[in-house]
Amino acid sequence: MIRTVFNFYKEGFLSMKVGKKLWLIIGIKLFIMFAILKLFFFQDFLSSKFDNNKDKGNYVIEQLTKTK
Amino acid sequence: MEHIDFSLVDWSRAQFALTALYHWIFVPLTLGLSFIIAIMETFYVKTGNPEWKRITKYWMSIFGINFAIGVATGIILEFEFGTNWSNYSWFVGDIFGAPLAIEGIMAFFMESTFIAVMFFGWNKVSKKFHLLSSWLVAIGSNLSALWILVANAWMQHPVGTTFNPDTARNEMTDFWSVLFSPVAINKFLHTITSGYVLASIFVIGLSAWYILKKREILFAKRSITIAATFGLIASLYLAFTGDGSAKAVAKYQPMKLAAMEGLYHGSENAPLIAIGVLENVENSKEEDFVVDLPIPGGLSFLAFGDWNAYVPGIHELVHGDSLHGIISYKEKINIGKKSIDALAAYTKAKKTGNTDEAQKQLKIFKENYKYFGFGYYFGHDPHELIPPVKLSFYAFHIMVGLGTYFILFFALILFFTVKNKIQDKKFILRLAVWTIPLAYLAQEAGWIVAEVGRQPWVIQDLMPTIAAVSKIDSSNVIITFFLFLAVFTALLIAEIKIMLQQIKKGPEEKLIENSSKK
Repeated sequence: MIRTVFNFYKEGFLSMKVGKKLWLIIGIKLFIMFAILKLFFFQDFLSSKFDNNKDKGNYVIEQLTKTK
Repeated sequence: MEHIDFSLVDWSRAQFALTALYHWIFVPLTLGLSFIIAIMETFYVKTGNPEWKRITKYWMSIFGINFAIGVATGIILEFEFGTNWSNYSWFVGDIFGAPLAIEGIMAFFMESTFIAVMFFGWNKVSKKFHLLSSWLVAIGSNLSALWILVANAWMQHPVGTTFNPDTARNEMTDFWSVLFSPVAINKFLHTITSGYVLASIFVIGLSAWYILKKREILFAKRSITIAATFGLIASLYLAFTGDGSAKAVAKYQPMKLAAMEGLYHGSENAPLIAIGVLENVENSKEEDFVVDLPIPGGLSFLAFGDWNAYVPGIHELVHGDSLHGIISYKEKINIGKKSIDALAAYTKAKKTGNTDEAQKQLKIFKENYKYFGFGYYFGHDPHELIPPVKLSFYAFHIMVGLGTYFILFFALILFFTVKNKIQDKKFILRLAVWTIPLAYLAQEAGWIVAEVGRQPWVIQDLMPTIAAVSKIDSSNVIITFFLFLAVFTALLIAEIKIMLQQIKKGPEEKLIENSSKK
């Protein structure tokens, strides 16, 4: 069963024509997104500052109630 | 809020808008083309005619290119939520998490699994199973869209949740209210149907190009027949769901409706502006029409199904109208401020262990929570709460105008196709090609209406953009904005290039011609 599924995908990928170029673009896109953007520019703001949900909640409350 | 960095808010909004508008270039074609392909394949399975298989496979290759380039562009939006909009992301709590988790599971199991069968399964699985896979890809794609649209609808009309002042998060108390809120239903149906319209126009436009080039005439005519029929039904339904959306906006977001129509002063028998040009007056709080073509009572009917119904204008919504039970923004700001102050006092009392005071403040907070977000405008001019009127007005009228044109377009195309004269109508064929960019324009205009029209709210009445942003350096947002712009432009050029190559190449094997030669 697993072998059949594996061969199904393998043959499918090997017989692709336009698909190979598309996979290259997808690869480049995912690399930019996860290895560059996510890693260097898009860290989760709250997780990078606080270790637990309680501290995150307290910080947000503090931010939301600063109106003066 | 204290020390609001407006450049940070504006750049964060600009970045989100850029990403969302780019993401939305790909999604509607996926939503609509998946169904058109499934219908085409159904004809193949029913008739056994190999030409239908050829047609299906060709449009599937176009679908594949669009799907591949568009895939994962939405993930960037999630990055932005966590980095630029952390207050918002925390505040919404499960409301975004649950639908997005369901979306992820559905997208993975339905789209990813069956899309492989759809592309790799020809001659490897039975015809019927392949057809079932194509239908499941279509249904799966559309159901994926459901969940993100439900989350968006909640932001426009927050229901089925309770704010927990201890965790600063909204908790879902009634899943079905969130799922079946009138805004969610209309938003979902209107959005996916708009995708069907775009995809139909796309198929008709490309097929028209083949006819103009005197290539693949049978292929093109059959594609046009399916797309024009599907498109006409979809465009009529789009008008119906648009009507439903307008009624929901009138009820839950009256300021958005007033901005969409440039209605500064409310009235009974309010007119709908069929065509209008707003005057350009700098620093004016009101913009009058230079030219307009009003339909008397049209807006009252659109909003409430009654030609004489009262529709409030921007002036009444800002300054209040006791006759119609509308409280002013100033009052709402005071109520909101009371709620925010009570939340601060509750938190302080809890910390000091003053239970009685905490309970007292909690009660005040809850009683005034309805206008919580207005409190951030305490000491500000209430006019700051008016969305950009010109942009909302023009985007709305472009969307509606093009939507009306699309109905006529599909009817015309279908008429000439049924009469078997479409191949002789060069003007109509050229028009069909040039209608493709108009379909994309209508899509983007629709999103501008939905998102710009609700400004300044991230969550209607509860959280404005100024309270939703993270305290980060705006230069980071500016850098990533331009980084996105460069990456997205490069990807878009790549997609257009690959797609144009595929279009020029056309469908692959000419089964009918080959078989007729034999």
